[in-house]
Amino acid sequence: MNDNLIYVKDFDAPIIDRSEVLRYAGVRESSPEAESLLDECIRRAGDVLTYNSCYRFFDIKINGDEIDLGFATVKSRSLSVMLGGCDRIVLFCATVGHKMDRLIAKYTAISPATAVMLQALGSERVEALCDRLCSEVEDIVRGEGCKCTARLSPGYGDLPLDLQRGVFSALDCTRRIGVVLGDSMFMTPSKSVTAIIGIKNVK
Amino acid sequence: MKITEFIKNNTVVLDGGMGTLLQSAGLSGGELPEMWNISHPEVIRNIHKDYLDAGCNVISTNTFGANIFKFTEVELERVISSAVDNARWAVEHSRGEQGKWIALDIGPSGKMLKPLGDLDFEDAVSVFAKVVKIGARLGVDLIFIETMADSYETKAALLAAKENSSLPVFVSNAYGSDGKLMTGASPAAMVALLEGMGADAIGINCSLGPRALYPVVDEYLKYSSIPVIFKPNAGLPRLINGKTVYDISADSFGVDVAEAVRRGVRAVGGCCGTTPEYISAVAGAVKNIIPVSLVNKKHSLVSSYSHAVEIGDKPVLIGERINPTGKPKFREAVKQGNVDHILREAISQEEHGAHILDVNLGVPGINEDEMLIRAVEAIQQVCDLPLQIDSADPVAMESALRRYNGKAMINSVNGKHESLEAVLPLAKKYGGVIVALTLDEQGIPATAEGRVEIAKRILSCAEKYGINKKDIIIDPLVMAVSADKNAATEVLRAVRIITHELGAHTSLGISNVSFGLPQRELINSTFFASALTLGLSAAIMNPYSDDMMRVYHSHLALSGMDEGFEKYISFATNISEDTMATADIVDLKTAIIKGLKDRSAELTRALLQSTQPMDIVNNEIIPALNTVGDGYENRKIYLPGLLMSAEAAGAAFDVIKSAMPEGESSGRCRIVMATVRGDIHDIGKNIVKMVLENYGFAVIDLGKDVSPEKIADEVVRVDADILGISALMTTTLPAMEETVNLVKRVAPKCKIMVGGAVLTEDYAKQIGADFYGKDAMDAVRFAQKVNNK
Repeated sequence: MNDNLIYVKDFDAPIIDRSEVLRYAGVRESSPEAESLLDECIRRAGDVLTYNSCYRFFDIKINGDEIDLGFATVKSRSLSVMLGGCDRIVLFCATVGHKMDRLIAKYTAISPATAVMLQALGSERVEALCDRLCSEVEDIVRGEGCKCTARLSPGYGDLPLDLQRGVFSALDCTRRIGVVLGDSMFMTPSKSVTAIIGIKNVK
Repeated sequence: MKITEFIKNNTVVLDGGMGTLLQSAGLSGGELPEMWNISHPEVIRNIHKDYLDAGCNVISTNTFGANIFKFTEVELERVISSAVDNARWAVEHSRGEQGKWIALDIGPSGKMLKPLGDLDFEDAVSVFAKVVKIGARLGVDLIFIETMADSYETKAALLAAKENSSLPVFVSNAYGSDGKLMTGASPAAMVALLEGMGADAIGINCSLGPRALYPVVDEYLKYSSIPVIFKPNAGLPRLINGKTVYDISADSFGVDVAEAVRRGVRAVGGCCGTTPEYISAVAGAVKNIIPVSLVNKKHSLVSSYSHAVEIGDKPVLIGERINPTGKPKFREAVKQGNVDHILREAISQEEHGAHILDVNLGVPGINEDEMLIRAVEAIQQVCDLPLQIDSADPVAMESALRRYNGKAMINSVNGKHESLEAVLPLAKKYGGVIVALTLDEQGIPATAEGRVEIAKRILSCAEKYGINKKDIIIDPLVMAVSADKNAATEVLRAVRIITHELGAHTSLGISNVSFGLPQRELINSTFFASALTLGLSAAIMNPYSDDMMRVYHSHLALSGMDEGFEKYISFATNISEDTMATADIVDLKTAIIKGLKDRSAELTRALLQSTQPMDIVNNEIIPALNTVGDGYENRKIYLPGLLMSAEAAGAAFDVIKSAMPEGESSGRCRIVMATVRGDIHDIGKNIVKMVLENYGFAVIDLGKDVSPEKIADEVVRVDADILGISALMTTTLPAMEETVNLVKRVAPKCKIMVGGAVLTEDYAKQIGADFYGKDAMDAVRFAQKVNNK
């Protein structure tokens, strides 16, 4: 299946992995103070977090480290290893929304400790969202006798960050889910992820 | 006939989707659809023609993404002129006798405006202005700004359209399933903003199918006095039996859109997934519906980037604390260009229940224009309350209104000729609810009747400028009762006459009444209660005053404005809530180590009764911070713990500072900090700054995305001992190097410390920095070393 369509999918809040949030915040050993700060952040972020994503299937061609992704051509060892045996990918963008950035900015002004914990919570939330989206894609392709690889984002491994430009035009992220690419390749909202998942035929 | 005439008595049929049709005609993923105006004119022409043949009145040129971010100036000119030619061809060749107009289509720039993104507001205005100028020169009939998902960008586009053409402007926004714009604005907030700025029709397009958008449509119809546009998607794309379909058929789309017309919508069409078939269904379904008359809605709205506040529904509280009058520390902060102080006041007033914040930075000797813009932008990043711009300087007022994200309150105009001429045109151009003071060249009339006369004059003058009565709030001016025993009764009488006889809204600066008397809160709150009973719509007041808040909440409860006493009960419960949970911690040092902010402030206040301020700093605060700092370096305390302690120490310092004589400085070295150009990740820099401050260093924070020139200028201006710069992204490292080079050249004595996720010690050396700090404590140790030299 490659229908050339951009799918938009919103999710309910995935369950929060508290230890993961604390890890992102740099807390190696939890304390009552850290836990209560985390509780406060979860309470404050509860209303502002959204879980939006958009994704699109592409047929790909792999030639050594050169990969034609269907929306761009890229040279990357990491990606070519991950995509070994795949003839399709899902390209996605996921975000927990602009309001989280506002909330972080607010606490940066009045309480950096809270801001750091909110940052950590935002990172955990967007990763949890990516996990939800991946299992959704896994469900879709299972019906076609396929399975998914892990995910890889531009800027990780040797996958160039520049690929973001192609990703943004291929997914129309800005119109679909409000994610915007800045001149130096940072995304707004900051708690957003773009990534590629390979799809392998196992029939 | 102009479209603005036609829409007064008719339902306008707009066109449908373009992108989906181009894709099925072979447009590939990487191609820019606007290029097809030149490469495939026949395809574009036929799509336009098919829409006109389907019965549509307004076709939008294929210029959604045509802007200088995607095209060179020469290409842009060609793309737009081909697009207009194609539309014109279709108008000439289409069947049908209906009125036909060509709209210059303008979509989002594809970038996010500051402070969320990296595009400056004025740059956004110029990007749109280029497109508008070309379109206007080519003779389009109207400008259609559409699919905007951010209120600030919408404002930039509308401003560009109004400043560079006299064409009618239609503005349409894309709402999410939560009924808000992507960056948070509610429908009421957008109606306030866009109607205030003089759009000719406003509405909703894209994102969802018609039914899912009815709640947004209803909100528009409730508040908008101008025609409402509705251009939804054909539902959502879904996969059914391996085939992709939009989940709403043309016929049911027509029926659903017609329902919106029955509710009062005036311009209808389709967005993604819709085709000429859908538009034909719409045209057929709305043909025989008599349009609902347009009426002037009486809602007085001010708005922020997130929501609107209505004046007149329930009394509104306008927080007065962002004002230098009688606040030497605040004045000093404004002089230093320090916005942190302002931000804390903003957030704190919001938490105390203010609905709108007055922003007054009238400090002699500062560049008020520049400072007001900075403050407004900074407040709007962290606080979503609408703002009341309070300035006597029309230049500063205009700059702030222009940059403000929403429809502001304007404080103020008065009956003087000069004031009316300066302020009213600004309100007309940028929108706004104006506070009108009842004074004129002769001063303030002693009687209520005299003030009402001035109010009438201001209202009629505003009308001449095209400003509606609903956008004027009369302030009949509270005077000190100690100077004139009738002062309070006259102003209260004026409130009653203005409210009930003029039918206008009122606002009062409450605390003036008690000037010169003891126990001012008592007089203020009693006076406030009387004014509320007479129908006062808004009060400029101190939201930290318990007495005032008590009066306010009990008034709402007593006058039936607090459904189920929800607000009152939550307010009353908070009053009695016990805050003694941490009272068992009795020494300041422990309170700081545990990161207890309020308790630290409390204990500091208690200590000040018996101990010298500097002794508290040296014997309690610094040792506590050292314990925490050591713990952090030994990995016994983690970042959030370090910061919580720093915040607690900050709270203690604040108490101490207020006890110390003015101007006494710790004699420590001066530090300038910034996140370099191109980078908007500033949390690391902010952490370092806070920890440095709580070790007693004076830090001037230039913010994020700061150019090398600006950083160097500031280093030279304040003769800084240390510059701290950070970058998070590899793409912004060159900007860091450039900054280091420039500062080394103009201020060779200034030590430069660098930090940030992508930096290493080696890289820091390579670009010529003096020090690489891996974290906040590292920075503190370095600053201490520089300081002790």
